[in-house]
Amino acid sequence: MAKADLMDFDKALELFEPVLGFEVHVELSTKTKMFSDAPNPANSENVTAGPNTQITPVDLGLPGSLPVVNRTAVEYSISLGLALGCSIAASSRFARKNYFYPDLAKDYQISQYDEPIAFEGSVEVELEDGTVFTVPIERAHMEEDAGKLTHVGGATGRIQGAEYSLVDYNRAGVPLVEIVTKPIFGAEHNAPAVGKAYVSTIRDIVRSLGISEARMERGNLRCDANVSLRPRARAGEPPAPLGTRTETKNVNSMRSVERAVRYEIQRQAAILAAGGSITQETRHWHEDTGTTSPGRPKSDADDYRYFPEPDLLPIEPDPKLIESLRAALPEAPAVRRRRLRESWGFTELEFQDVQNSGLLVEVEETVAAGAAPAQARKWWTGEIARLANAQNAEPAALITPLAVSEIVALVESGELTDRMARQVVEGVAAGRARPPRSSRRAASRSSRMTAR
Amino acid sequence: MVRHLASLALIGLDEQEVERLTGQLGAIVDAVATVSEVATPDVPATSHPIPLGTVTREDVPGATLTPEQALAGAPERDGDFFKVSSILGEEQ
Repeated sequence: MAKADLMDFDKALELFEPVLGFEVHVELSTKTKMFSDAPNPANSENVTAGPNTQITPVDLGLPGSLPVVNRTAVEYSISLGLALGCSIAASSRFARKNYFYPDLAKDYQISQYDEPIAFEGSVEVELEDGTVFTVPIERAHMEEDAGKLTHVGGATGRIQGAEYSLVDYNRAGVPLVEIVTKPIFGAEHNAPAVGKAYVSTIRDIVRSLGISEARMERGNLRCDANVSLRPRARAGEPPAPLGTRTETKNVNSMRSVERAVRYEIQRQAAILAAGGSITQETRHWHEDTGTTSPGRPKSDADDYRYFPEPDLLPIEPDPKLIESLRAALPEAPAVRRRRLRESWGFTELEFQDVQNSGLLVEVEETVAAGAAPAQARKWWTGEIARLANAQNAEPAALITPLAVSEIVALVESGELTDRMARQVVEGVAAGRARPPRSSRRAASRSSRMTAR
Repeated sequence: MVRHLASLALIGLDEQEVERLTGQLGAIVDAVATVSEVATPDVPATSHPIPLGTVTREDVPGATLTPEQALAGAPERDGDFFKVSSILGEEQ
């Protein structure tokens, strides 16, 4: 759709009320998969040796194979549910979601349907201007990831033109938690910002729990954004029923979530205002053009013919286990932010800058690796953010906090000038260079590691 | 109904087949429906006959298939990838 078919954002908000919903898939970083003891490629300690090397008969759904639930994946899921303020089901069970597509060899995905492990919670997210917005959570359920398809051939290389597909089942069976929000009302002009802040908060939560590597560029964290519009009610009238929604799939960076929500609001408003109607469908997000295009019509839940998974027993977690996981929860994001700001000695503005760039975890880890907070902030929100922006990548994808702390140390010790340090950062970000290490630092780091 | 199921299963049916399967599907549904004659409201839904819960395993890696073993049953292969004909659609 050309930009001309979009309504001005402010105008769209004047006429319509946006209602949002998000589905975030989190790949857990357990050592093995959800239902098999194959190494889990979402844990970067499991080096991938090539396609179809991290699979067992269970992941291929071979006859006679049976799934067995990974206890650690269940515990991670419970911890996540608790961190989202959810209740944990005394009994939950798995269900088969049937669909024919070669990304899963057995023609169904083991998921949870009517009895998810966690339900009814809420998450507080902080927007760039400091406002706190509460996102209601409907459920968080356990399921398995699907394999990866590469479409080959065809005139354009797009899915429709492909002549055949290559399948790698290494990712099939990776433990996933899908977090589903309730319809989100009242975000109004902040709707795109709420989307971004929500995904950012989920990322912070799973990283602080240590249950996922949460690297969006690797697909550890994936977001589907639901958007619908309804006409504004006139004074004294009841609110209009919910509008038809679209689900934009695979919006895989925080910035894209913001852009995709904004785009869908503008696109739908233009159609509705012209007297048209919205088709209920999934849509693809195109990072390069910042637009969405239609995918398949949304299947009804009926079409998946969910039924209880006969190969697995219900999950009935011991209440003592739940309480011990609750006791071990890290501090809530809002509490953590306050603590970090105080210990780093940042001004409100400086701290917001880090927070809004989604770099809180990076700065925290760089400080933990030995860098001064002010230096960690300077590098992440300055040079690295600039490079990331130029490459359209997440800053965390370019360089590790450890490497940043090394570079800071080299500048401090006078081994690098500020300008040379920038060149090193650029080299590391471009994959050309490894961060140099000062011998002093390497030694002090290893002694710290031992002390831990 | 038969046509809808056929489209979900990605199979093509001609008119004769639709007619034949409509009869067969009806018979199957009727047969299964006899369960409701004994399943009164005081009988809870059961998905498993044994009252067991939470059977789990330790998170410890085990043996994996080699690509040769994994691909032994593949309809076609391309290197160590499974090769399948393209399907209109998308990943779930």
